[in-house]
Amino acid sequence: MLNYVKLVALALITLFAMIAANYARDLAYQVHMVLLMMVSGGLFLVTLRATDEPAPAVPTHEYMDDVVRAGVIATAFWGVTGFLVGVIIAFQLAFPSLNYDWAEGFANFGRLRPLHTSAVIFAFGGNALIATSFYVVQRTSAARLWGGNMAWFVFWGYQFFIVLAATGYVLGSTQSKEYAEPEWYIDLWLTIVWLAYLAVFLGTIIKRREPHIYVANWFYLAFIVTVAMLHVVNNLSIPVSIWGSKSVQVFSGVQDAMVQWWYGHNAVGFFLTAGFLGMMYYFIPKQAERPVYSYKLSIIHFWALIFLYIWAGPHHLHYTALPDWASTLGMVFSIVLWMPSWGGMINGLMTLQGAWDKLRTDPVIRMMVISVGFYGMSTFEGPMMSIRAVNSLSHYTDWTIGHVHSGALGWNGMITFGALYYLTPVLWKRERLYSLSLVSWHFWLATIGIVLYAASMWVTGIMEGLMWREVDANGFLVNSFADTVSAKFPMYVVRGLGGTLFLTGALIMCYNLWMTVRAAPAKAPLGTAVPAE
Amino acid sequence: MSKKPQRQEGDPKTTGHIWDGIEEFDNPMPRWWLWTFYACIIWGVAYTVAYPAWPLVSRATQGVLGYSTRAEVAGDIAAVDAANAAITARLASMPLEEIAQDPALDSFAISAGAAVFRTWCAQCHGAGAAGAKGYPNLLDDDWLWGGDIDAIHTTIAHGIRNEEDDDARYSQMPAFGELLEEQEIAQVVNYVMTLSGAAADDPALVGAGQTVFEDNCASCHGEKGLGDRTQGAPNLADAIWLFGGDAKTLTHTVTNSRFGVMPSWQNRLTEAEMRAVASYVHQLGGGE
Repeated sequence: MLNYVKLVALALITLFAMIAANYARDLAYQVHMVLLMMVSGGLFLVTLRATDEPAPAVPTHEYMDDVVRAGVIATAFWGVTGFLVGVIIAFQLAFPSLNYDWAEGFANFGRLRPLHTSAVIFAFGGNALIATSFYVVQRTSAARLWGGNMAWFVFWGYQFFIVLAATGYVLGSTQSKEYAEPEWYIDLWLTIVWLAYLAVFLGTIIKRREPHIYVANWFYLAFIVTVAMLHVVNNLSIPVSIWGSKSVQVFSGVQDAMVQWWYGHNAVGFFLTAGFLGMMYYFIPKQAERPVYSYKLSIIHFWALIFLYIWAGPHHLHYTALPDWASTLGMVFSIVLWMPSWGGMINGLMTLQGAWDKLRTDPVIRMMVISVGFYGMSTFEGPMMSIRAVNSLSHYTDWTIGHVHSGALGWNGMITFGALYYLTPVLWKRERLYSLSLVSWHFWLATIGIVLYAASMWVTGIMEGLMWREVDANGFLVNSFADTVSAKFPMYVVRGLGGTLFLTGALIMCYNLWMTVRAAPAKAPLGTAVPAE
Repeated sequence: MSKKPQRQEGDPKTTGHIWDGIEEFDNPMPRWWLWTFYACIIWGVAYTVAYPAWPLVSRATQGVLGYSTRAEVAGDIAAVDAANAAITARLASMPLEEIAQDPALDSFAISAGAAVFRTWCAQCHGAGAAGAKGYPNLLDDDWLWGGDIDAIHTTIAHGIRNEEDDDARYSQMPAFGELLEEQEIAQVVNYVMTLSGAAADDPALVGAGQTVFEDNCASCHGEKGLGDRTQGAPNLADAIWLFGGDAKTLTHTVTNSRFGVMPSWQNRLTEAEMRAVASYVHQLGGGE
């Protein structure tokens, strides 16, 4: 019966997509509707073939790990894609002639920049979060994922969102909100996928067989719930036509800016911080084989972080049309947030107490530790940059870019690499990783890459800020904007090289993970399997 | 991996929970962490008392220090304006030619003009004023509309070929593609190349080109191609080209004409600012 409902729904969606592609008012919308038509049409055929066939037996007695395996592959794939686009645009900034005439309108900096940010944050980071949360919630709840194939819907639905967003950017469809560029119909699709994600995660927690909810799951749940709220509110818009991609924001002016940075800052706070702290709280104690340092600290820093982060957004709008009171509050909450953020760092690092010797022998632990180190550094730098006086120097300069990347490459990237190195042998039932020395290579390439990146952006950002405000004895500006741009050239080259090292490390990781699956010896089957249900 | 015990001898107590082999110590929060957190909260409360912070019904609290970002920047600007008031007034009222004779005023005008130039002019003429294709180089002595301080000031105040200012400098070269045969254009292009001493692409056409030039171009550019500043007709006999002096570019110029536009600045800059930037441009190298 359910199959017939599915068939009717898929047929209607395919028909709608055909009509929409026909009436499309712009290229991005047309391409997206053709994609939708192919996907829903293909699913229709697959469902049709399966109708009246006996349903394959679902192994409900074990963890649902195939979707996590798919997530590991997707994370590695989108990671490399996102880093590659990042390296390309870094060199486009250093050498503007790389914005080729023939590529104008789809591969110039303006089109590729959102492709890079979304690919690393939402495609790489998002897949890492979904895959690890599915893994962690099952293990720490001793329960199979709730909702049957809904986890697969979440996985593939999310990949479809990524493809729609990415092709939209290249074809010029954007609502011009940083980190929320996709247009209205993509936003609607993501909302559906995200609610399904919330249902799977929450359903699994509800049917858990452990008396308490593990701290990692608090963070994952806070991330999923808050991102749903942020996404819906920031994307409130009215489509100009149902047959076109353009839409008009509901908020305007400074209210729109405030909503955008409430969203933007909490994308950092809940997507890149809370979610990844969930990852840290599982994989560090696992890899270190030590208990979490302090349960009390984890409670207090969790609630403090969740409460404080949500108010910090206005620090992105210092010295703008935003009223001073909002700007003050944004700054104050950002600074009070410093210690709650560091609570996670302390709990991560101190968990290694009694296992510090592993730093010498286990490059995966080393990766996780440096990741927590970068987390601590960025969460000190962030509150510092939110101080109005500091911000008047740092705002709009490359310092911001450096800050974001020490967080994204150092914290999010490294902890994700650590999780992938942990998960691959476990998920593919291998005894060990293919090569620890390749992990060491990855570690050093990535670390040196980040140091080059962050250091060059500090230098160029502070130089830029000082040049912008430099005045002569009579109070007249000394530098033109173009002077500051040309002064940054050497640092831009260094940044591009740093990115290249980071990308090389990620490629080595992909090879290592691939060979782990292909060539590492299989793990001897355990005498006792862990039954989930 | 998860089967190994996580605990070691001498470890503190755990909370007793175990998830997938992970345990949690019952350690207290680090004191330095807790006290720093408290200190940040106390500082935060104090800061919001001192500065505008809490939204109330009709307006937010203004803070006991009476601080505002707008007042701060307005104060900075007012202080600079007040310090410069006397000399700015002198700059705005003194006859243009006399500015350069007053060293203090001249150096003030040049640094002020440099700031104006970097803000408003550098986008087209370049940060170093060296120009670009279609945008004149202001460092040389080749002037389209005149290079004395008065002429430069007029150009800045009213601009060139814009629609917003009735006094904008205006002239238009015809698009000779509609008036001459392709062969004639090729001839005149080769002749023009020889005017500046360059080698013609096809020397055989130069002779005929001279006739075409005298019939069609000389009225504006002059018999010898030296140009005419009263109508902004470029000097064709020097090695300086606004769009390019090779045969291909010249053919394009003659066929389609050019129509370079510069905005009028009299409504965007003050008189003192226009005089300052005129002084700056005048002393760059080519001022007359």
